Amino acid sequence: MADIAAPGSTTLSGDRRSSLHKLVQRKSTIAFLMALPLILLIAILVAYPAGYAVWLAMLNKSMTKFVGFGNFEFLFKRPTFWDIVFQSCLFAITAVIFKAIIGFVVAHFVHNIPAKGQRKWRGMLLVPWVIPPAMSTLAWLWLFDPSYSAFNWILAHFGIDRIPWTGEAEWARFSVILVNVWIGSPFFMIMYLAALKSVPEQLYEAASIDGATWWQRIWYVTLPMMRNIIAITALFSLIVTFANFDIVRVLTAGGPLTSTHVFATWAFRVGIESGDIPLGATVSLFMVPILAVAATFILRDINKRGSEV
Amino acid sequence: MANAAVAAGQSASLTNRKYGSISRDRRWALRWSYFFLVLFALFFLMPPIYMFITSLKTSAEISAATNPWWVNKPTLDNYIELLTKNQYLLFFRNSAIVSVLTVFITMLISVTAAFALARMKFWGSATLATGVFLTYLIPDTLLFIPLFKMFAWVRETTGIELINHWWTLIILYPTLTVPFCTWIMIGYFASIPKELDEAALIDGATWMQTLTRIFIPVALPGIIAATIFAFTVSWAQFLYPLAFTTSTSELVLPVGIVTTLIKGDVFNWGQIMTGALLGAAPPLIIYAFLMDYYIAGLTAGATKG
Repeated sequence: MADIAAPGSTTLSGDRRSSLHKLVQRKSTIAFLMALPLILLIAILVAYPAGYAVWLAMLNKSMTKFVGFGNFEFLFKRPTFWDIVFQSCLFAITAVIFKAIIGFVVAHFVHNIPAKGQRKWRGMLLVPWVIPPAMSTLAWLWLFDPSYSAFNWILAHFGIDRIPWTGEAEWARFSVILVNVWIGSPFFMIMYLAALKSVPEQLYEAASIDGATWWQRIWYVTLPMMRNIIAITALFSLIVTFANFDIVRVLTAGGPLTSTHVFATWAFRVGIESGDIPLGATVSLFMVPILAVAATFILRDINKRGSEV
Repeated sequence: MANAAVAAGQSASLTNRKYGSISRDRRWALRWSYFFLVLFALFFLMPPIYMFITSLKTSAEISAATNPWWVNKPTLDNYIELLTKNQYLLFFRNSAIVSVLTVFITMLISVTAAFALARMKFWGSATLATGVFLTYLIPDTLLFIPLFKMFAWVRETTGIELINHWWTLIILYPTLTVPFCTWIMIGYFASIPKELDEAALIDGATWMQTLTRIFIPVALPGIIAATIFAFTVSWAQFLYPLAFTTSTSELVLPVGIVTTLIKGDVFNWGQIMTGALLGAAPPLIIYAFLMDYYIAGLTAGATKG
């Protein structure tokens, strides 16, 4: 408003200009006041705790002494810690890959059918994303029940032995990834579907005139057109999956032993349940590097698109 | 004879290919699409369906290990028992109050801030907008330990007990909802043509009037999407209530179901599934009626900005 009024105001008398100046000043004061609750919230409840976590990580268990990197050294020497690094990365990477593939495939099928049926299918397929994860993981826990597993009941009809879904380390890891994929792939499906709709139909027509097979159409038209959205969805999902707590907590509580613990659940176990707050803070800080890398890429993409518009 | 028939068939298929190959390809692609969509829908809907099946069973039928996918004697006992149990209703009440108040606070903070950031630029506003987005990427699993310690410190210095009260969650949840809601509201507000607010200001409207009379009505779809997001996030939040509340009377639904319906090693699965299904109902009902807004909010995070 003021920007536009400014050129005209040069011809006006001096006091009008100063009142305009006051108006601009008042505008930014009001704006600052309007944003103040947000600034306070972020500063007190997000930025400060994030920095405080770093400080906490450098104290001893009773939080009376500064120990520098003592907690980190302690963790590096524990084999359990390295198991948790491995499991966190394994779960996040495998789950995101499968989510992306399933999401892509399902989005294609939904995109293929006539437009008037798409809403219904999309609505059904997004249900896993809508149910609170703690609730739906309970359903999975019951599906995986050691003695009454509904999956094992079906498998028994095909003469397959009962599977210890959450009882053995390897199967428990598989189950955690499966639940992760179940919850997360609808999100990919919705994002990809939105992206598919924005690919111009002419490109496909041109491709089929050139004799492209369906595979070439996907590889040379769809994927390049969707590259951005695929990358950003995968990065978002990587952050969410890597920092996930609910699924592991409800499904296996980290067990058997510590074979399904991830950073978040182990930090909770160590920091809240065992009362070693500094060590818990140290464990949770190990999520920062991957989160920072993902966040940097997302921000770069958003800034790039911001400058294009 | 047979050869002739084959030849005839071949030539028929050849002519078909010549004239009808695209439509036939489409038809087959369509059939396969439906086939796989049914398979995926089964996979995606199986756990909620299984929740519903189990919720209709008595404990006796569950432990009899009959066909888990079928109900022999459907009963509503689990629902009646849970909905007459004060404890479960208390969880529901706690969840409802926390979520509604969180949504209210979130929208108040994020709509005014988004308006200021999108329209009334001030010193550092661009940095702040980026900062808001960064905050959205910081997960709860990184913050719960320092926040826990901070709250303990508040108790020591002021005597105000913040831990183990359900209303503490109203302080915590906005940290999860405000950044995202502000971010998508900035996107919606930025897409409103400048002429609209200029006209309002020329007519003598104050900034607050411009926001309430022009921006909020025009950006209503965005506000609905943000509201739905804030509600589903606060309803589903599991880590903060698990870390910050322990007494049975202070629990919200997700934690209440997980911790109180499971007694030691005894799992009353009929009731757990009923509780989980009822707990999932509010977001599911909102989703059923406002699906398009829900999806708009979902895709806005990454596509807007």
